[in-house]
Amino acid sequence: MHFNFYKAYRAAKRLLIAGVLISLMMDDAYTQSIPSVELKDLTGSSIDTGTLENDGNPIVICFWATWCSPCKRELNNYMDYYGDWQDETGVKIVAISIDDSRSTNRVAPYVMSSGWEFDILLDPAGDFKRAMNVINVPHTFLYNGAGELVWSHNNYAEGDEEELYEELLKLAN
Amino acid sequence: MKHYIAFFTLGILVSGVIKSQVTDPGVVSGNISILFQSYEEDSLIGAVVPPGKSGLNAYSNIIYTQGNFTAGLRYESYLNSVLGFPGRFKGSGIGYRYARWSDREVGVDVTVGNFYETFGAGYLFRSYEARDLGRDNAMDGVRLLLNPIDGVAVKMVYGKQRLDFDSELINGEGIIRGLNAEVNLNDLIPGLEDAKLRITPSYSFVSRFQEGGNIVKDTLILELPKNVAGWEYGASVHYGMWKGGINLSKKINDPSADNGYIYKDGEALMAYLTGNIKDFSFLLQRSITDNMSFRSDRDLLLFDAPINNIPSITKNHTYNLAATLYPYATVINGESSFRGELYYKLKRGSKLGGKYGTKMNLVFSTSYSLDTTHFSGVEGVVNGYQRNSWGFGDSLNVQDISIEIERKFSKNFKAKAMYMNLQFNTLATPVTTDFKGIVFADIFVLETQIKTAKRQSLRTEFQALFTEQDKGDWATAVLEYTWSPHWFASIIDQYNFGNQDEAKRVHYLYGSAGYINGPHRLSIGYGKRREGIFCVGGVCRAVPASSGLEVTFTSSF
Repeated sequence: MHFNFYKAYRAAKRLLIAGVLISLMMDDAYTQSIPSVELKDLTGSSIDTGTLENDGNPIVICFWATWCSPCKRELNNYMDYYGDWQDETGVKIVAISIDDSRSTNRVAPYVMSSGWEFDILLDPAGDFKRAMNVINVPHTFLYNGAGELVWSHNNYAEGDEEELYEELLKLAN
Repeated sequence: MKHYIAFFTLGILVSGVIKSQVTDPGVVSGNISILFQSYEEDSLIGAVVPPGKSGLNAYSNIIYTQGNFTAGLRYESYLNSVLGFPGRFKGSGIGYRYARWSDREVGVDVTVGNFYETFGAGYLFRSYEARDLGRDNAMDGVRLLLNPIDGVAVKMVYGKQRLDFDSELINGEGIIRGLNAEVNLNDLIPGLEDAKLRITPSYSFVSRFQEGGNIVKDTLILELPKNVAGWEYGASVHYGMWKGGINLSKKINDPSADNGYIYKDGEALMAYLTGNIKDFSFLLQRSITDNMSFRSDRDLLLFDAPINNIPSITKNHTYNLAATLYPYATVINGESSFRGELYYKLKRGSKLGGKYGTKMNLVFSTSYSLDTTHFSGVEGVVNGYQRNSWGFGDSLNVQDISIEIERKFSKNFKAKAMYMNLQFNTLATPVTTDFKGIVFADIFVLETQIKTAKRQSLRTEFQALFTEQDKGDWATAVLEYTWSPHWFASIIDQYNFGNQDEAKRVHYLYGSAGYINGPHRLSIGYGKRREGIFCVGGVCRAVPASSGLEVTFTSSF
């Protein structure tokens, strides 16, 4: 059989393209990672939220405000368990204050008096809130060690911490 | 055939390389919010039914992100807009759209279309949204953020501002141009990166262009300036968890409807300090603002197209009575104000602190008029007045003193008590037409939370407000039951039991129930409400006054 180099080249090219396309279509599951927004922490250092990580362990992101009672109840309750959760799952909690210029200066004294050991970031212009599509506070997000969103919850009622804990255990196992 | 399989396999491998290095298909995320309200006539509280009998506000944000590229839009519907929102918002359409490219490695971030931005504390420039109140002064134009070297951040904005919505975005008349530079000295100067003392000076410049013209005041013909300029020097200092800051802002050439078309310069000075000593932490803040109202259009008033934002000195009230009856808003033409807050935590296990610890805070805030002298004659027509000092004037706008104690008594029971003494000048913040002058009020709140069963709890609030002025005494009771993580039901009654006019001793009764599943939330409520921050079923939002049925649905995806 006469080998037609040109035909073979065309067929090979098509197969190559088909392979690329099929593989691209069979994409990994749809995942959301943490969007990148520059925020400040309580010491005045800038943090790019896109680089938040926790050595391959889960990260919880909680949106709250000093004027939001359920938010404060949520984070105060998490604080009661934080030590245990860290021991069992290695989780890190990052609390994002959406207090605007009226109340952002109240965040530090409130946090200090509450004894919170979470990482606190300030989002006074609501940039991160918008990037995360948050409508109301509290809104809590759980990311796995690979930085993929696995669970979220909008509102807080007593007992919700048990659901979060169950989700954390799923990631730890 | 072997060759073909080999090529096909090679194709898959190539795509893997592409996927891991270059192509990611991008991610779509977003949210949806729907608010439906039907109205009922209620002559007792003066509630009227609009011609359409119901209102619907809805919006959805959709964001597409692929690597460094982001594009987004918000579709909005006002069919017709729910009462309490700007009534001229009409129709459906796209109210916000943008494309953004951001590369942190090279320090370039550029947005075309709509964006929100704030310079410093916002005294000179703040483009912001409070969607649940219908406030939105988004910019429409171009924004460039640059990090030319470590520690230096430059923001440039250029555009018009959202004023209105009628099936499409309607911008205000003026063109706004702004520049902000912030220098983080610790990141700029080698060796200081990890120093405990961090100093960040900043500078902003903002100007507005608007077609001019002449106005006639008394017998004078005055020219309206086409360009208004404002600038601000600021610095913040961190030392560990201590933080202090100062801002000095100035604005010239801005006769406006707000200030009665005077040409006087505007000035603002704000300084604050927060820190902690042992178990005490505190906040001290002093601010003086004089003629700093700044809008896209000199002829607009109230909530329309503000370029800047002067934050209110009082704290945001969490509890319904203070929040809905006497919420303080900054006196836009000028005020001299102060606040001090002290927080104290009694240790766990101590005699007074109890097993779980106890928290206390003491808040004092006050605002007065400015110390001014009014001019007469031509000087009065042109410049209005002069400020004599950075001190306080004679007229009180607001003063509140509150103390709050919070204690967890056991695993299943905690309680919070608050007392506030309030003096509120209804001439400075016109929240009522029933009384003009200073309202003296005492407010008491007791909140309890009882865990009734696994994942179930009952929360109660009892509030009372006593005053001789305005509408007299009020009481509020809240009962809220939650079944974590999905259900809640609540009932709230606000009762004007002390009104002088017996016919006006009205109950504002509101019941609601809802279902939450992860980021999706549906709630149905029925009854009467006053405007204010409304916390129910574990979320808080600002609401306008209403009577009737309300259905809300929110979701993030």
